[in-house]
Amino acid sequence: MAIVSGRRPPSPGLDLSDDAAASGLTLALPIFLGANPVTERTNEDWLRSLSEMAAVDDAAVADLREVLRRGLRRALSGRAAADDGFIEDMAQEGVLKVLSGLAMFRGDCRFTTWGITIAVRVAFTELRRARWRDVSLDRLVEDAPARCPTTPPADGSSQDARQAILAAMHGVLDSDLTDRQRQALVAELRGMPQAEIAAQMGLTRNALYKLTHDARQNLKRGLEAAGISGDEVRSTFDL
Amino acid sequence: MSLSPDELRELARYVLLTRPDEIGCDDWLGHAPRYAELVAAREPVPEPLRRAAEHLDVCPECAEEFRACLAALTAEGGSD
Repeated sequence: MAIVSGRRPPSPGLDLSDDAAASGLTLALPIFLGANPVTERTNEDWLRSLSEMAAVDDAAVADLREVLRRGLRRALSGRAAADDGFIEDMAQEGVLKVLSGLAMFRGDCRFTTWGITIAVRVAFTELRRARWRDVSLDRLVEDAPARCPTTPPADGSSQDARQAILAAMHGVLDSDLTDRQRQALVAELRGMPQAEIAAQMGLTRNALYKLTHDARQNLKRGLEAAGISGDEVRSTFDL
Repeated sequence: MSLSPDELRELARYVLLTRPDEIGCDDWLGHAPRYAELVAAREPVPEPLRRAAEHLDVCPECAEEFRACLAALTAEGGSD
């Protein structure tokens, strides 16, 4: 989308109407929170300025990019990988996502909050992908973890109950889940980002969520079928 | 394939929180901005939105993103 591919100056003659909140204000006042002023706009102003693809308001696009840049800077504060270049790139990606998803905006929050939320997801997805891009899902799931108890058993009977529940969980994991459910669930437990799991399994993030949700439901049903109550699980794992 | 005690504990926590009517990450993204604004403003959260926000209990990634959004909102108005 060429309109956001660079930092074009605002087009002359465009009306810089206003308002960051959904408050219905009509004054056109640029606000100066940082180096670059951003014109305040109502939600309706944002939508009107950004949705007319034949004549998108370049100033609104530039302001949106600035809003996202500031939001990302605050959201990613303290993260070494999120330097100025990264934030600029993610703000740009965020603008593209916002522009392509305007129809998804519900209007129950400030448009800028919605945009920042989208940009934050874009940025975290990229940060996680960078950390995990060389990790094979198959190897991650196959690699057996170290077996070391996190809490010592209190006595023999509670240890027996604990072992029974652990055995039941492993049994359900092994027999009641599909290979893909097990693979996705274990990868999540080992910290692999959903976007990376989804990419390696050829799924969308939502489809992956459904897969692991089904897996958790199968586990829950399997434990119930084995006569193990939620209270017993809580007690066993000190939850 | 076997799970470590910590992995089993986390799995048990997820299983206990599992509900048949959970929403997924994409659906949560639609609710997140409104929820973030209410939490940032310390305003009451309507029950349907509160239930949607239970997604954060079973999705560490959406929870991490939500905390970041909240940081962005609560810092709004500060110097950039």
